[in-house]
Amino acid sequence: MPASAPSAAPPVAAPIVPDLPTDRWRPAEIVFWLAAIAAFFVFPQDRVLGSQILITGMFAVSLDLILGYAGIVSLGHAAYFGIGAYAAGILAVHGWGEPLSGLLVAGIAGGIVGFATSFLVVRGSDLAQLMVTLGIGLMLYEGANQLPSITGGADGLPGVTIDKLLGRYSFDLAGSTAYVYSLVVLFVLFIGVRRLVASPFGLSLRGVRENVKRMPAIGAPVTRRLIVIYTVSAALAGVAGGLLTQTTQFVGLDVFGFPRSADLMIMLVLGGTGRLYGGLIGAAVFMIAHHWLSDLNPIYWQFWLGLLLVVVVLFARGGLLGAIDVLRARFGKRAP
Amino acid sequence: MNRRFHPNRRRILQGAAGAAALGALPRFAFAQNAPVKIGLVLPMTGPFASTGRQIVAACKLYLQQHGSSVAGRPVELIIKDDTGVAPEITKRIAQEMVVQDKVTILAGFGLTPLAFAAAPVATEAKVPMIVMAAGTQVIPQRSPFIVRSGFTLPQNTAPIAVWASQNKLNRVFTLVTDYAPGLDSEKTFVNRFKGAGGTIVESVRTPLKNPDYAPFLQRAKDSKADALFVFVPSGEGLAVMKQFDERGLKQAGMKMIGPGDVVDDDILPSMGAAAVGVITSMNYSAAHDSPENKAYVAAMTKANPGLRPNFHSVGGWDGMHLIYEALKKQPGGSGEQLVEAMKGMKWTSPRGPMSIDPATRDVIQTVYLRETKMVNGEPWNIEFAKYDNVGPDGEIPGPLLKMGA
Amino acid sequence: MIGNALGVLFDGVAYGSLLFIISIGLSVTMGLMNFVNLAHGAFAMLGGYACVVLMSRAGVPFLATLPIAFVVAALAGIVLERTLYVRLYKAPPLDQVMFSIGLVFMAIAATTYFFGPSQQPVHLPGFLRGQVQVFGLGLGAYRIFLIAVVAVITLSLHLLLVKTRFGAQVRASVDNAVASAGLGINVNRVFGVTFALGSGLAGLGGGLGIDVLGLDPTFAFKYMVYFLLVVAIGGAGTIKGGLVAAMILGICDVAGKYYIPQVGSFIIYFLMVVLMIAFPAGLYGRRT
Repeated sequence: MPASAPSAAPPVAAPIVPDLPTDRWRPAEIVFWLAAIAAFFVFPQDRVLGSQILITGMFAVSLDLILGYAGIVSLGHAAYFGIGAYAAGILAVHGWGEPLSGLLVAGIAGGIVGFATSFLVVRGSDLAQLMVTLGIGLMLYEGANQLPSITGGADGLPGVTIDKLLGRYSFDLAGSTAYVYSLVVLFVLFIGVRRLVASPFGLSLRGVRENVKRMPAIGAPVTRRLIVIYTVSAALAGVAGGLLTQTTQFVGLDVFGFPRSADLMIMLVLGGTGRLYGGLIGAAVFMIAHHWLSDLNPIYWQFWLGLLLVVVVLFARGGLLGAIDVLRARFGKRAP
Repeated sequence: MNRRFHPNRRRILQGAAGAAALGALPRFAFAQNAPVKIGLVLPMTGPFASTGRQIVAACKLYLQQHGSSVAGRPVELIIKDDTGVAPEITKRIAQEMVVQDKVTILAGFGLTPLAFAAAPVATEAKVPMIVMAAGTQVIPQRSPFIVRSGFTLPQNTAPIAVWASQNKLNRVFTLVTDYAPGLDSEKTFVNRFKGAGGTIVESVRTPLKNPDYAPFLQRAKDSKADALFVFVPSGEGLAVMKQFDERGLKQAGMKMIGPGDVVDDDILPSMGAAAVGVITSMNYSAAHDSPENKAYVAAMTKANPGLRPNFHSVGGWDGMHLIYEALKKQPGGSGEQLVEAMKGMKWTSPRGPMSIDPATRDVIQTVYLRETKMVNGEPWNIEFAKYDNVGPDGEIPGPLLKMGA
Repeated sequence: MIGNALGVLFDGVAYGSLLFIISIGLSVTMGLMNFVNLAHGAFAMLGGYACVVLMSRAGVPFLATLPIAFVVAALAGIVLERTLYVRLYKAPPLDQVMFSIGLVFMAIAATTYFFGPSQQPVHLPGFLRGQVQVFGLGLGAYRIFLIAVVAVITLSLHLLLVKTRFGAQVRASVDNAVASAGLGINVNRVFGVTFALGSGLAGLGGGLGIDVLGLDPTFAFKYMVYFLLVVAIGGAGTIKGGLVAAMILGICDVAGKYYIPQVGSFIIYFLMVVLMIAFPAGLYGRRT
């Protein structure tokens, strides 16, 4: 059926946009997750680092949801990470050390605070969003510092003890439980996020990012959608925060800190925004580089990490995944 | 049969004994000659980098002066940066040191939350953990493997409270940074000072990230108190001192007092004459008049040009001393045995006489009262009196002893 | 009481002046050139260290070090602009963020390498120390000096950007680079000089700020929030906006800390959120 006469054609099965994301798993994705599983066995001594990479990766994915998919710039995403971290921690201190339900509460807490603050954030220019999110994060930091009876103040929350996972696996020194737990939680939530961004809702967000003025014209309620995605993102950040508390069995004020938000944004940009995997790859590269460089030189490692960032920006636009796309496009052109 | 049996049996027995000896030998060698790995977890970058630098310098100097082996075991320092702000990094490094590097002893720990985060690692791995810098009182309660070589905040604060109440400073305005060590210090001061009959005019807490102390100091000045009690993290001392000087609080007749953090030796030379006249109580001054300290300061300055050793550095130095002495007593000892060997240990440090309280594993030491004075064009904290054997909770068992001329 | 209030007002204006001085350079690069240069603090730090080194090692008096701090930071700005920044003018803002943060990391480590992690001293000349009595009110001499410097900078920047040919070229190049180049403006040079101006102002701010803010290698990162605060609230690219924003922040912060010290830490952040919601483009922002 030729669809070349738009005026006359009845509105049946209009040709679908070719690059509409589908739910089908690409080989590279499968390789990625297999690599995450393989890392557990190949690097048995680095499971603690591995678990923290997975947690930070989840946190970066949560930022990608609002930054990469909805175009909301945030320098205060640690606010929700911190809420989740403290929710899980406070729960554990008061005798509720069961990890899975604690994580659920952390996510809900992050989501509630995210929803409440979304109204302040979703409108306004990039710079305004940046500053408002920054302000929210800093106020929560100061707030947590002012309430030592609840949060433990700057000393951190004392006495966080987490029960054995599923009643069987305790959080060990080698970080084995932490790694598997983080990986499973990340994977399950990632499947959800992946479906979300491929759904019509996810596509409408891209529309908002590309042209916010046109979206209402096609009947998409912009503000409401931004609030929804902001809340989802905050909940995911909350889960990541909860995971960090549970796997380290400690929570301190730094979970709200500006450096955490700033590092997070760098990791996401380093990996590449708007791709979900960008956050995971960025977190892995950034944290492994940090770990490796600071082992080589505990005093001046920042220089080399900075150099890495500068070089990546100069030679790989769109982050590491962007660079891979460029290479692939070039390679693809040459191939017959 | 019988004839053959005996030699055979003997051979078997010999073999068994040999095998047992062989089996035992590596373990024996492991205990006696295996390297002692000391994992130093410290802030080497970020806002608290100077703490890390001071401690590392002192530890390296100790190694250099006392030989890089103890009780026949070579000593190896592993230094890692935890950035000073992220407890999960501190804990991770501690875990990695235990799991990967198989350290004998964990040491360092710049700030209280970082020590808290690492404490369970020491407990689980049964590895002694020497807290060299963090100063909140409750730290050693977090693990039976923690021993402190530095100081506690109540210890350094209580003497100035007592001194102030006895020296006609009746009305005091307190200004501390709004975080746990500040509150610890404020609490100790207010309790002791009020207990001794003094009046607290007002207690103000300044935000952690605070670029301008002017409004707080103006408020202090307008309160017309006799003295201003200050506790701020050591790097901030410079800013407070400048504003104190600029606003003319000194001219208005107000004395600055506090634990010695505000006139930290690390930055005191930068303060210049502005710091003159400040009265503080502290466990260590680089100007402490003893042969041990003179040698220590000279060696530190020689090895690290431009660096004046501060109270954190002696925390590192004495931490190394604890480790060496414990290893001399228990050359192949387990974590428990090493901690046991450290309990009750007494020695003379560059800071003066000190010991480890066997009950709390915390430090008992002499705390000095000092006045900041210009000597040869540079400000120094000159000690003029001392309390011996001050406990980790700030308990002062003896009378004030006058020192010097 | 009134004496107190006047004193607080003065301190607030002085603190606002300081915020303005350390941030105005960023307003120039970020506002006029649309470059999110988070390495602003690194240029300020460079200026600060230039002052300290000249004072302590070469014995140059404080006031004479300030113009040198400006020049050193401006030169560093030109070199980096020509070699690196110029490649990123068309890059997405997030890439600019990552690039400039990378520079900040490098600056922090390099500074630690050369100068160590501790605070650096600054010794002001006698006439800038202590207080001056004005109508019975004790005013900090250095604070009066800061306010005077701000007045001079504001006036000269205003004249430079509004009254001179160069200012017209800058505004034209920013509004439409292609058309400006077509009209014979050397856009590259204009951008280079503007960037140097922004970096130089950062260096000057660094030198002037040491006495109050202190100077150590984390300076480049520590005050980033404050730079952003002033630029975002003022509206990028306006001298007047930056000035007004810095004054509002300075006065409110000082007054809050003086009268209600219990909530001292919240005031500036709260103000930031409220103002950004009320004026998303800044107080004097250009709406695009």
